[in-house]
Amino acid sequence: MKRNPKDFWTGLIYIGFGSAAIFIARDYGMGTAVKMGPAYFPTILGGLLVGIGVISAIRSFVIPGAPIGPFAFKGLTLVSVSVLLCGFIVRGAGLAVAIPLLVIVSALASSQFRWRPTLMMAAGLTIFCVLVFIKGLGIPLPIIGPWFGR
Amino acid sequence: MEFLSHLWLGLQTAATLANLLYCFFGVFLGTAIGVLPGLGPTATIAMLLPVTFVLPPVSALIMLAGIYYGSQYGGSTTSILVNLPGEAASVVTTLDGYQMAKQGRAGAALAASAIGSFFAGTVSTFLIAGFGPPLAAVALKFGPAEFFSLMVLGLVASVVLAQGSLLHAIGMVVVGLLLGLIGTDVNSGTQRFTFGIYELADGIGFVTVAMGMFGLGEIIRNMENEAERSVMVAKITGLWPTREDFKRMVAPILRGTVIGSALGILPGSGSILGSFAAYSIEKKVSKNRGQFGKGAIEGVAAPESANNAGAQTSFIPLLTLGIPSNPVSALMVGAMIIHGIQPGPSVINEQPALFWGMIVSMWIGNLFLLVLNYPLIGMWVRMIMIPYQFLYPGILVFCAIGVFSLKNTEVDIYFMALFGVLGYVFSKLGCEPAPMLLAFILGPLMEEYLRRAMLLSRGDPTVFLRRPISATLLALAVLAMCTVLIPAFSKTREEAFVEGSG
Repeated sequence: MKRNPKDFWTGLIYIGFGSAAIFIARDYGMGTAVKMGPAYFPTILGGLLVGIGVISAIRSFVIPGAPIGPFAFKGLTLVSVSVLLCGFIVRGAGLAVAIPLLVIVSALASSQFRWRPTLMMAAGLTIFCVLVFIKGLGIPLPIIGPWFGR
Repeated sequence: MEFLSHLWLGLQTAATLANLLYCFFGVFLGTAIGVLPGLGPTATIAMLLPVTFVLPPVSALIMLAGIYYGSQYGGSTTSILVNLPGEAASVVTTLDGYQMAKQGRAGAALAASAIGSFFAGTVSTFLIAGFGPPLAAVALKFGPAEFFSLMVLGLVASVVLAQGSLLHAIGMVVVGLLLGLIGTDVNSGTQRFTFGIYELADGIGFVTVAMGMFGLGEIIRNMENEAERSVMVAKITGLWPTREDFKRMVAPILRGTVIGSALGILPGSGSILGSFAAYSIEKKVSKNRGQFGKGAIEGVAAPESANNAGAQTSFIPLLTLGIPSNPVSALMVGAMIIHGIQPGPSVINEQPALFWGMIVSMWIGNLFLLVLNYPLIGMWVRMIMIPYQFLYPGILVFCAIGVFSLKNTEVDIYFMALFGVLGYVFSKLGCEPAPMLLAFILGPLMEEYLRRAMLLSRGDPTVFLRRPISATLLALAVLAMCTVLIPAFSKTREEAFVEGSG
């Protein structure tokens, strides 16, 4: 029975990362200690990480520890989805669509969410960003994108 | 008087109208984000980096540095007035600062913090000016083996000073090193870990990682205890400290400055450790130790001096060795590289105006902070009242546009989201992101130095032990690691952090 879930899951993640690194790096060419190939350093690090992961996982059965607190699933999902969405549509739909969407979707994550202030904030931020980033700093993004036929 | 001529050169650079403005803007912005809880200097600097690309390098670095020490300062204002540390380093200030405010002595507490910070800032500015050049001269003799060992020491120190499990922190360092290797291998041209994604050929930008781990991760973390953020502002009265207050401040400020300066140089800590150490030492040596926790002015003056001193001396390893000692200076390394300056011991000779200009600007910035504090206090208080639900969508917008503008690709936005999720998950598992970011920046450099050192030694790994400086650095790293394993120290380490999160 695992007694320290934090140690256990961290261990698993480390083992996963480490073995993935070794597995992917096997194609890159080891070289020698004198003339290290591209796989040399990653393989050492991967091995190290797997080792740390194994120790952590074993330790989780021996030394008890605090449980993992509850995840903020709503926040986690809405915040990451809003950012991904913004990245996905920003070129096609333009900044004037992507920013309000990002603001509204992410604001939904808050337990204090209300429409009126959120919409006002979305409008304000959009105007500010268009002025500063597109007009001012010249970032190559459309205000209204090609998806709307312009 | 070489020392003075250096400072004069710095003054000439820092005191141009444009640079004064950037410095002012930096500390102003820094104070603002220090005041706003849930937005730290790391995320802000990451957000602003793309904007600074259009500035000359000196101005950009002056502004970024201003944000950092400005945020230390703003954090203490909220600690005192509303019992909310805007910044990790000012957590201990809440203990006595808020008590003082409740007793109607907020003004005296703010003054203690302001005077302490200014004094500490002045001293540490001279420390950097004094220690910088000799350290850089030593570092110029470093070969690849020494640099490799130095980086090992830096990473070990960041692990030792990280919160939570030692094993996990080491793991995070390795994860960071691995992530840093993503991209094209400089020696062979091999594309490593790019999964065929064209945008990854140059590697993942450190700004992307920092914004994800610190910006997004922090926002998601704040969603957990949203309801707890109700704000009660103490009324500001008694703006001037009494004569008695001044007398009680002197010794704690001096001790805090010394402790903060010394600990600030250590990699991984920056200003946080210094403020904790200064508070606990003050609690032991002070004549008025009975009043601690009930509004002792010493309990404000000492940690506030220490965190400001630490924030500044953490620039010593950055400017002289090119080794960042905390996430913020890691971002500064990135900023320097983007501006075409290779951070390291040669900066001081090749870019004297930049080096000395930055140092003098820190002192000027502290002066600005002292002046900003009183007249603007009403504005800061109003800023604290901004509810978080109106704050974080804006932060997300600036993060998204900022990260896009780095390379004009939306792929970076996706990666930022990925690192946000990763950062949140890791923090739930008790793995701190700071050592990872440090390792991420050092990863490619470490590999390069390792390769060169091994090439020069013809594949003999004992080269790291046979060269005296390198061996000393590694011995220090081992020593640092051992201290954690000594029960007494690890207990204090835990206590310090418990006090910190409480």
